[in-house]
Amino acid sequence: MTQATLTNVQTVPPLAKSVIEVRDLTVAYNESPVLWDLDLDIEPGKATAIVGPNGAGKSTLLKAILGLVPIAAGATRVYGAHLDTVRNRVAYIPQRGTVDWDFPTTALDVVTMGRYGRIGWFRRPGKADRAIAEECLAKVGMSGFAKRQISQLSGGQQQRVFLARALAQEADLYLMDEPFVGVDAVTERAIVELLHAVRDAGNTVVAVHHDLESVPAYFDNVVLLNVRLVAAGPVASVFTEENLRRTYHAPANPIGADGTTTTVRAGSEMAPVKAMLR
Amino acid sequence: MTPLAQLSLDITWDATLRNVILGSMILGLTSGVLGTFAVLRRQSLIGDALAHAALPGICIMFMITGTRSSELLLLGGALSGLVGTLVLLAVTRWSFVKQETALGLVLSVFFGFGILLLTRIQHSGNSAQSGLDRFIFGQAATILPRDVAVMGIVAAVAIGVVILLFKELKVVTFDPAFAASIGMRPDLLGVVLAGLLVLAVMIGLQTVGVILMVSLLIAPAVAARQWTTSLAGMVILSGIFGMASGVAGSVISSLVDRLPTGPMIVIAASIIVIFSLLLAPQRGVLATYRVRRSRARRFRAELALTDHHGVSRT
Repeated sequence: MTQATLTNVQTVPPLAKSVIEVRDLTVAYNESPVLWDLDLDIEPGKATAIVGPNGAGKSTLLKAILGLVPIAAGATRVYGAHLDTVRNRVAYIPQRGTVDWDFPTTALDVVTMGRYGRIGWFRRPGKADRAIAEECLAKVGMSGFAKRQISQLSGGQQQRVFLARALAQEADLYLMDEPFVGVDAVTERAIVELLHAVRDAGNTVVAVHHDLESVPAYFDNVVLLNVRLVAAGPVASVFTEENLRRTYHAPANPIGADGTTTTVRAGSEMAPVKAMLR
Repeated sequence: MTPLAQLSLDITWDATLRNVILGSMILGLTSGVLGTFAVLRRQSLIGDALAHAALPGICIMFMITGTRSSELLLLGGALSGLVGTLVLLAVTRWSFVKQETALGLVLSVFFGFGILLLTRIQHSGNSAQSGLDRFIFGQAATILPRDVAVMGIVAAVAIGVVILLFKELKVVTFDPAFAASIGMRPDLLGVVLAGLLVLAVMIGLQTVGVILMVSLLIAPAVAARQWTTSLAGMVILSGIFGMASGVAGSVISSLVDRLPTGPMIVIAASIIVIFSLLLAPQRGVLATYRVRRSRARRFRAELALTDHHGVSRT
């Protein structure tokens, strides 16, 4: 049954060695799987967008790669190894809305948290760590806000602080969950510039992304996801009308509760696609 | 002689009062420090369930050993408190019952069972029975020098762990997903914090009792949050507020006849909370009100100005 669908899936032939390898990955929080039998390779040195409708498993894919959710079947590898051995090469930016921004701390302190992984258990961040944190805060244009309470920052500024924290990790791979949600236009442009700078320095960027229109301008590669992988590869060849339709039309769950295949998403979920294709 | 002079004399001469004040200070400090994390992690009510769940353990320990020693009884309390917490977590995780419902369930079932055991003990005619009910509302006067020493050691361990793991506790409390991604262990640190919370509650049972204990976890932390902009500041200030409540409560109850110490400590902490909620410079009710009013006044002035110039506002 899965075989028929898989023949339609386009995947990139692994040109260079993949930064992330996902093999037969299935993740389920309850009865219905969030990710189903996923095979995926992320190309090094590129900015890749993960695109798909709500509930397609985009965030879950990042979390599965990071080992933050239990995997029902399959495996993921980062830089050809188990994540534990390469953690310092990976920076993760969770969705901004997942933390309590009323937490008593300053922008600089949050950025310093980016150093914690390298500092290791029990030890305190030192002068060098603080200097790096200040530098990273400057890179996102937030130097003047170092001592500011994070609750007093705008949504865009909070997102920049998260980005600075990721930069402070001095990683090679950046996994971002919806970095553009709820930010102003100025911040969006700043984030894109930074994202491209990070990529041009030879790093790999993978971002869950919502806005279909900006995909070609912001990203090199795209992963079209709706529980199953629909297509993955260079934007030019993969980001097509046909593939988008299949991504946003595909059944949300491969197997419904009654064992039959159901088509759940259409209508409103298709609106962004239709707007794009006009 | 003024009451204060009398008091300083009392503290010098009266070993009981000295124990009470010292014990209340240690209690306030520990619960203030650990309450900060409980409040920030939105788990303060777990402390409440834990405290109530300690009562049956205290009673069972007494029934088995017949001891009156606080350490043993509190050990029993700690064990059943832990069982209660585990039941709470298990119910939340494995059933469709929501956490606040499970909290109420565990709290009332364990406390009810504790009261049942306590009543049986009190009617059993055992001469050593008297004093077990001190764990319900607390009875600071029963604190012995030995108890103070035990409290001190437990507090030192708890605060030592917080200092040692401060960076880890901070990042796990603020952003658990990120913390896990850099190799921290949110689950493990959650267990450590729960264990420390058990210690804090055990320190408090003899002084303020199972019912009021939770307020000492919440009140100093809530008050401290109003005044500070860093986690370290909040932890320190919360500890100081807790200590101040402990000292104020025990001193006042010793000055005035027939004023119980535990509830007095809780009232002292509550007064600090009210004061902080109202008057804190940035987060206080008055400050927010003043900012909002001046902003509204400014907007009205600007609007009046545009009206005056005949600019349409529609």
